[in-house]
Amino acid sequence: MLSNTADSVRASLNRRGRWKIGEIAFWLVAASTLFLLPERHLILNEIAIIGLFALSLDLILGYAGIVSLGHAAFFGLGAYAAGILARDGFADPLLGLGVAAIAAAVLGFVTSFLVLRGSDLTKLMVTLGVALVLGEIANQASWLTGGADGLQGIAMGPILGLFEFDIFGTTAYTYSLVVTFLLFVVARRIVVSPYGLSLRSIRDNALRARAVGIPVNRRLVAIYTLSAAYAGVAGALLAQTTQFVSLDVLAFHRSADVMLVLVIGGVGYLYGGLIGAIIFKVLQDVISAWTPQYWQFWIGLILVLIVLAGRERLTERVRALWPRSRGRTVDRPQPLTTTPAREV
Amino acid sequence: MTPALETKGLIKRFGGLVATDNVTFRLEQGARHALIGPNGAGKTTFINLLTGVIKPTTGQIILQGEDITGLRPELRVQRGLARTFQINQLFPAMTPLETLGLAVSERMGGGRDWWRVIGSKTAIVDEIVEIAQRFRLTDVLDERTSKLAYGKQRLLEIAVAFACRPRVLLLDEPAAGVPEAERHELLATVAALPRDVSVLLIEHDMDLVFSFADRISVLVNGALFTEGTVEEVSTDPKVRAVYLGESVDE
Repeated sequence: MLSNTADSVRASLNRRGRWKIGEIAFWLVAASTLFLLPERHLILNEIAIIGLFALSLDLILGYAGIVSLGHAAFFGLGAYAAGILARDGFADPLLGLGVAAIAAAVLGFVTSFLVLRGSDLTKLMVTLGVALVLGEIANQASWLTGGADGLQGIAMGPILGLFEFDIFGTTAYTYSLVVTFLLFVVARRIVVSPYGLSLRSIRDNALRARAVGIPVNRRLVAIYTLSAAYAGVAGALLAQTTQFVSLDVLAFHRSADVMLVLVIGGVGYLYGGLIGAIIFKVLQDVISAWTPQYWQFWIGLILVLIVLAGRERLTERVRALWPRSRGRTVDRPQPLTTTPAREV
Repeated sequence: MTPALETKGLIKRFGGLVATDNVTFRLEQGARHALIGPNGAGKTTFINLLTGVIKPTTGQIILQGEDITGLRPELRVQRGLARTFQINQLFPAMTPLETLGLAVSERMGGGRDWWRVIGSKTAIVDEIVEIAQRFRLTDVLDERTSKLAYGKQRLLEIAVAFACRPRVLLLDEPAAGVPEAERHELLATVAALPRDVSVLLIEHDMDLVFSFADRISVLVNGALFTEGTVEEVSTDPKVRAVYLGESVDE
């Protein structure tokens, strides 16, 4: 009896970490687009980058319940860090990624102390404010960033000294996809770890989380910092693969878009950002080809419908048809829970 | 012997209101101590002071001989002071298994582990099983907490606190709202808590107090009104007057 229970407990706990068939299929399909859709690599590259950016938002929103309307601050900082580095002669892409990640992580760590106090509304406003401040700094410091003209003259070296970027975006897409995949694997590991479990517990009930001895604020600072680093890497990928950075990377619509992407794809299961990015970009592509001036109208309408129809319900229905994939994503309550994380 | 938990001259003022009025209190090692008092007597404030949710205006709180007055709540838990809540504070979207796994792994310092899954550690698994059996949760371990029967949720509420391996356990009305059919199971589990855990029970239900406690403190208007054994307190006419009233008079 006792060993039986122990075995089932162990199995149950370990199951959380195991890869499902659907997940493996997802990444196989993603990899196959390298060969099957050679003429679409430019847009696929963008999808991978936005997917990674949305994944970084999911880490704080879906797993820790921290809302943000200024996630572009980290994305933009990463983009500028990587861009400026390349312009000034440090052309190695991986070096750029590393520097961008560190720069964004430092900003994330510092601002986390501002963000993690107060209500959801306070968080929205503080994150928004941080992004605005950063955007204006980038605008004013044109000697460094090129200001409104954008950062020109980025010349990337080959990746690992082997793979030159090409005009079809094949190297770029491969690069972005591999980086996104590797960071996804790390994030996936993190969210099923005891640390990840503690984040979910904070999101669900911070009062109780504290009462089982979890240092709530420290955990939130850590995930906010990590999420910032991820966003920084996404920004760096954009700068490196498009070889251009403009103020657009820090703009409000970046932060809003990534939130939209995550809402479309669903929060709290990591794939939401990736799936949302695919849907968002494909919709944008299709609708803007059809009606170039009014595509945002349709995106807006679709967003309203998704939220009203309740994506939860839609996905539940799909999941009911697919019993194998159940279990991992069922643990998802309302995404916007409050985390009263005071006393930093 | 050092008491398990002690307060000295504890005072908490909210503006002009004295919510906790110079409380000097001892919880002995292994005690089964009940804290009773009419509504508004300051029981909740007292608990919040003990657990560190609010800071006292003056006074000291000492856990196992160590002054914890200035410690943050989570550090008090790590030093062995756990509590349950009068209204369930659980993780609705998690299973009891995840909840207990979380509490146990946090206590073992696993909360900083961001690379492995919990199930890979035998010590954690064994302890989860032991706690689940003690609190009769083995058959519902994989269900969503929000779907559990209320009595089971109540058991989980205590089990989570117990999973922190407390030296001192504060039970805030553990049987509140539990339907009669599930009550017996809950009371039996509470009665079977190991003696190396000192328990402070905050309770309205006099049956539970009399069956469980060996000492009773009465709190009135934020101050300790009286303290004694169950017999002393239950026969004290002053206590009857301020609090027990008809509930003892039969």
